[in-house]
Amino acid sequence: MARLSKEERKISIMSKALELFSKEGFYQTTMPSIAEKIGMSVGNLYNYFTSKEMLAKDLILYIAEILGEEIRKINESGVGTQEKIEAIVHMYFRIAKDRPETIEYFLRVYLSNREVFQNSCEGMICVSAFVTEMMIFFEEGVRCGELRDQDFFSAFGLFMGYLGGMVFINGENILPKPLGEYEHTIAENIYYALKTR
Amino acid sequence: MPSKPAKLRVIWLQGITCNGNTHSFLNDPDLERLLDSVAFIHHPILPCTKTLKELVKKLPKSDILIFEGAYRADFERVGVAMETLLSALASKTKHIIALGSCASFGGIFKEFSPEHISGILFDKEEERGPLKMMREKIILLSGCPAHPKWLSFVIEMIVAGKRILVDEYRRPKELYGYLVHNGCLRNEYFEWKVDSDTFGTKEGCLFYAQGCQGPYTHGSCNKILWNEVSSKTRAGTPCVGCTEPTFPKRDLFSTKTYMSIPAEMPLGIPKRSYLALAGAAKSFHIKRLEERLIDDNA
Repeated sequence: MARLSKEERKISIMSKALELFSKEGFYQTTMPSIAEKIGMSVGNLYNYFTSKEMLAKDLILYIAEILGEEIRKINESGVGTQEKIEAIVHMYFRIAKDRPETIEYFLRVYLSNREVFQNSCEGMICVSAFVTEMMIFFEEGVRCGELRDQDFFSAFGLFMGYLGGMVFINGENILPKPLGEYEHTIAENIYYALKTR
Repeated sequence: MPSKPAKLRVIWLQGITCNGNTHSFLNDPDLERLLDSVAFIHHPILPCTKTLKELVKKLPKSDILIFEGAYRADFERVGVAMETLLSALASKTKHIIALGSCASFGGIFKEFSPEHISGILFDKEEERGPLKMMREKIILLSGCPAHPKWLSFVIEMIVAGKRILVDEYRRPKELYGYLVHNGCLRNEYFEWKVDSDTFGTKEGCLFYAQGCQGPYTHGSCNKILWNEVSSKTRAGTPCVGCTEPTFPKRDLFSTKTYMSIPAEMPLGIPKRSYLALAGAAKSFHIKRLEERLIDDNA
């Protein structure tokens, strides 16, 4: 088997750590438990990440990159704003289904333990790749006259808060139907809430 | 002892103008020294050898023709249409300076009759002015008004026989290679996205809310200061972009935004790069930049 590069090894560690963090939470997950799951020594793990906080920070950067890249593709697809909303909702729920640990980490680790991130991830720095694409989505929607001009965060909160909330209650097993079945109505609600009047 | 070199002969002709550039030129503290090397055959205010009436009787040759104001073919000076007067004087001179934004692109006066009024070489961004066949000997000094030192720089370069490098609008790169944003004392506020709420304060950036055009506008206003002491942005009013062919824009004192994001990015900056940096910068609160520099009540 080909030997993994340091970068590839880091990503493989991050995938395993992501699973643990999203299941056990930030404080229950320790460097020894991560090392054990990967099958490497704790000492070696520290060669890749100097602390649990640094690993947690790299994870949120990694997730923001994944989400940002997906939204960037949608932004550049050339479809109208309503179709973009549909595509973003679909993408978000698909990731929540296929890689639930990603969204779980975002909601249950990053947003719920701000004290862990306050020194190295102030404000939007660590989620910039994702937020920047959402800015571009909104800016283009208003520029072409499809969305109502308003404060960015009012619109951003409505869109992402809604999606995050749905994934959260889905994770609590409250929803009677699979998440995917709500996609269309949710996208429509977002569009009608944000569109020009 | 070598004799003094002959003074360059200059004609200052006015089209449709508010005289702003004439007045601006009088503020050049080195005017007296400049007048040692040039002599005005005609100037609307300064001592000169010919009145306009005398000038049109027998149009003289000159070294520099300075044209101030906007061009309209049928606009008359002492009974001669500009179409005739300008082209005749232009063909008898070695260098032509379009002084100010009206002479350069049409400027404010073009707003009155967009179809008929233009600059002498450019009509807004289009190169279709009456002197387009003479483009190589024309230098543009756009600005409303042009800074007196910009004019004296060009005259001195001509006197010294030096080549003046120009941009796509034939403006000297030495003067217009910069943006007004360069050298602005508020750059630190721009970097950290600390806005100014009102005019006239020492603190805050004028880009986000006050419509400052500094990041899009070519000019050395913050390098060669006005009256040698200040500039619009230093005094706390936004740059209005007066050196660009797009001047005058509408709604000058507010920044057009789409969902809180500036509609126009700083010149040459890709939107993604700008938003990523701006978003990060806005995440921080720099106490020093959010306080008054001089607090009268402290």
